[in-house]
Amino acid sequence: MAVAGSKPNQMHLKYESQIREPLVDGNKTYHQVTEDIIRPIEAKPSTLWYVGFFISVSLLMFGVYSVYREVTYGIGEWNLNKTIGWGWDITNFVWWVGIGHAGTLISAILLLFRQGWRTGVNRAAEAMTIFAVMCAGQFPIFHMGRVWMAFFVLPYPNTRGPLWVNFASPLLWDVFAISTYFTVSLLFWYSGLLPDFATVRDRAKTKLRKLLYGIAAFGWNGSTKHWQRHESLSLVLAGLSTPLVLSVHTIVSFDFATSVIPGWHTTIFPPYFVAGAVFSGFAMVQTLMIIVRHVLNLKDYITLGHIEAMNKVIVLTGSIVGVAYLTELFVAWYGRNDYEWYTFGYSRANPLSPYGWSYWSMMFCNVVSPQLFWSRKLRRNVWFTFFMSVIVNIGMWFERFVIIVTSLYRDYLPSSWSTYYSPTIWEIGFYLGTFGLFFTCFFLFAKYFPVIAVAEIKYVLKTSGENYKDKMGKIEEQKPEDFARDYAH
Amino acid sequence: MALKRFVVGCFDDEDVLFPAVKKVRNAGYKIHDIYTPFPVHGLDHAMGLRETSLHTAGFIYGITGTTTALASMGWIFTRDWPMNIGGKPNFPLPAFIPITFELTVLFAAVGMVITFLYICQMGPFVKKHHFHPRATDDLFVMVIECNERTNVNDLKGFLQSAGAVEVDYQVAESGWWLGRYDQEQKLYAEEPAVV
Repeated sequence: MAVAGSKPNQMHLKYESQIREPLVDGNKTYHQVTEDIIRPIEAKPSTLWYVGFFISVSLLMFGVYSVYREVTYGIGEWNLNKTIGWGWDITNFVWWVGIGHAGTLISAILLLFRQGWRTGVNRAAEAMTIFAVMCAGQFPIFHMGRVWMAFFVLPYPNTRGPLWVNFASPLLWDVFAISTYFTVSLLFWYSGLLPDFATVRDRAKTKLRKLLYGIAAFGWNGSTKHWQRHESLSLVLAGLSTPLVLSVHTIVSFDFATSVIPGWHTTIFPPYFVAGAVFSGFAMVQTLMIIVRHVLNLKDYITLGHIEAMNKVIVLTGSIVGVAYLTELFVAWYGRNDYEWYTFGYSRANPLSPYGWSYWSMMFCNVVSPQLFWSRKLRRNVWFTFFMSVIVNIGMWFERFVIIVTSLYRDYLPSSWSTYYSPTIWEIGFYLGTFGLFFTCFFLFAKYFPVIAVAEIKYVLKTSGENYKDKMGKIEEQKPEDFARDYAH
Repeated sequence: MALKRFVVGCFDDEDVLFPAVKKVRNAGYKIHDIYTPFPVHGLDHAMGLRETSLHTAGFIYGITGTTTALASMGWIFTRDWPMNIGGKPNFPLPAFIPITFELTVLFAAVGMVITFLYICQMGPFVKKHHFHPRATDDLFVMVIECNERTNVNDLKGFLQSAGAVEVDYQVAESGWWLGRYDQEQKLYAEEPAVV
C-alpha cells in the first residue's frame, strides 16, 4: 500500500498548507478509500433503508393519485381562484428549482474556486440537484391542466400553422433554462460517475453486478489519455455550468420580475433569487449529507469541516437574502407607489393582515435563524445544523409562498379579492408526492451509486488526508532547484 | 487477429511512478499506456502525450449553439410567422439572449460529452482489455509493449528496480480496445527539457 513519506525525498507533487483542516480523516490508503465508499453498494441494505424507501414510495403513490385527480377532473381540484392563479403549485416549483441549485454550484463553481472540500459532497449534491429538478419540472407541466398537450411548449415545425412559441416570453425561457440545466447537470454527474462505476465493476463478485456496472461504466479503464480528456471535459463543463446555474434561477425570477404585479416588478429579483436558491440548496445538502454520513458511516469523508464550510455558505447567502428582503421593503416605501406599498406594507409586513404570518415566518427562518451560524461552535454541531437546515428550507418555502400569494390575493379590483386561499388535499398531495419522488430516487442512489466521488477523494488524499498532512512540511524547506530536479518532468 | 505482447508493471505510489516513467522512457522503451485509479496530474506530460483539443471542440459546439438559436428565432419571428406581440419588434435581441445562452451551453455540453465518448471509444456495452483489475482501485499500471528485440525478463527486472510492486507478462489481441495513445509519444531524447 501507498505509504506517504516512506522515502523522505519523495514527497507528493501537490502541496497544501498544514493549517488547513484535513478533508479525509483517519489513516487511509487508496484501497481503504475504495473499501469505505463502495462497501454500502455491496452490502445488503439496512432495515432503516427499507423503511425509508417504503415511506418514500408510499408518498410517491399518494402524489401519483393526487395528480391523477388533477388530470382527470381538472385544475378545479386545486383551490386556485380568481386572483390566485399560481398558489402552491408554482411555490413548490420555485422551491424545488432553488434546491436544485446547490449541486451544480458545489461541483462547478467550487471547482473553479478550487475549494478542496467539495470533493466529499459533490456527488451526492449533484444527484440531489438532478432529482430536485425532476420534481420541479412536474409542477408547471401539470399546472397546464391539459398535460397531454405539454409538448406544445417545444418549438418545432408543426401542423398548427406552423404556430410557434413566443421566444420573448420568460415562461418559454424557463422551458429552455430548466431542460438545459437538467441535461447539463446529468451529463456532468454521469461523466464523473464513469470511473467510479468502473471501480465497482472491477471489484464486483457477483455476475449481475459485474454486468450492470460494466454497462454503466462504459468500458472505462483508467487510461492516462482518457483521464486527460476527462479532466478537460470536467473543467469545461464546470465553466459552462457556472453561468448556467446563475442563469436558471435568474430566468425563474424573470417569470415574476417581467410582470407588472406589485411585489414582483422589481429588478432585485435575479440576484435575490439566486442567493436564495443557493441558500436553500445548501440547506437540503446538509439535511441529506448529515443522514448519509451517519447511516453509511462516511464520517471520515464528510467531516465536521465539510459541514462547517457549508454552514458558512448558508450564513453568507442567508444574509444576502436578508439584505434583499430589507431592500425591497425600503424601496417599496421610498418609491411612493401606492400599490407597491400596499403589497409590502400591508399584505406582507403587517402581521395582522391575512397572510402577514407567512411573511414573518419567512423573515424568522431565513434572516434571523441562520445568523446563529456566526458561532463556530454551532456551525460544527451536527444536530443543530440538521435542525437549522430544515428550518431554512421551511423558510425558503415561505419565501416563494409570500411572493406568489401575498402579491396575488388582492388585485386592483376589490370586488375580485379572493377569500382566504388554502390548498386542497390534492394540492398538498402533489407536493408530498414530489417528496416521495425525490427520496425514492435518493434512496436508490444511496444504495446503488458511489455516494462520494471515489477517484476525486483519492486525488486529494495525499494533500488533504489526515495521515499525510504532517508529511507536507518538508517541501517548504526544499530549495527550488532541488525541487525542480526531483519533480520536473 | 494479431497478438501483442506486453510487460505490465504495477506501482502503488504515484511518487514512485513518476521517476519510473522517466527511467523507462530514458531507456528507450515505449509505454503503451498507464492506467490509474484517479487523474494523476502531470502524468500525461511525463509520458509525452500531447494536449487534448477537446475544449476546442467544445468551443465550436458552443458557437454552433449560439448561431442555431439566433438564426432559428430570427427566421421564425421575422420570416416564417411574424407575430405582433404588443407592438414590439420582431427581432427583440435582448429578449432572445436567455434562449441563445441556454442553447450555447446545451450544444457545447452535449457535443463535448459525445465527442469525449467517441474519441475514448466508450459507451454502454463496450468491453475493453483490462491489464489489471486493481487499476481502478489502488494500483498505477504501466503497460509496455514488447517488440521483437525486447527481452521480457530484462524489462521485468528493470521495472522492478524502478519500484514496481508487481510485474507481469501479458498477451492481448490488438485492436481499437487497446487504445493508440502510444503513437503520440515522442522519444524522450527529442523533447526539450522543461523545468
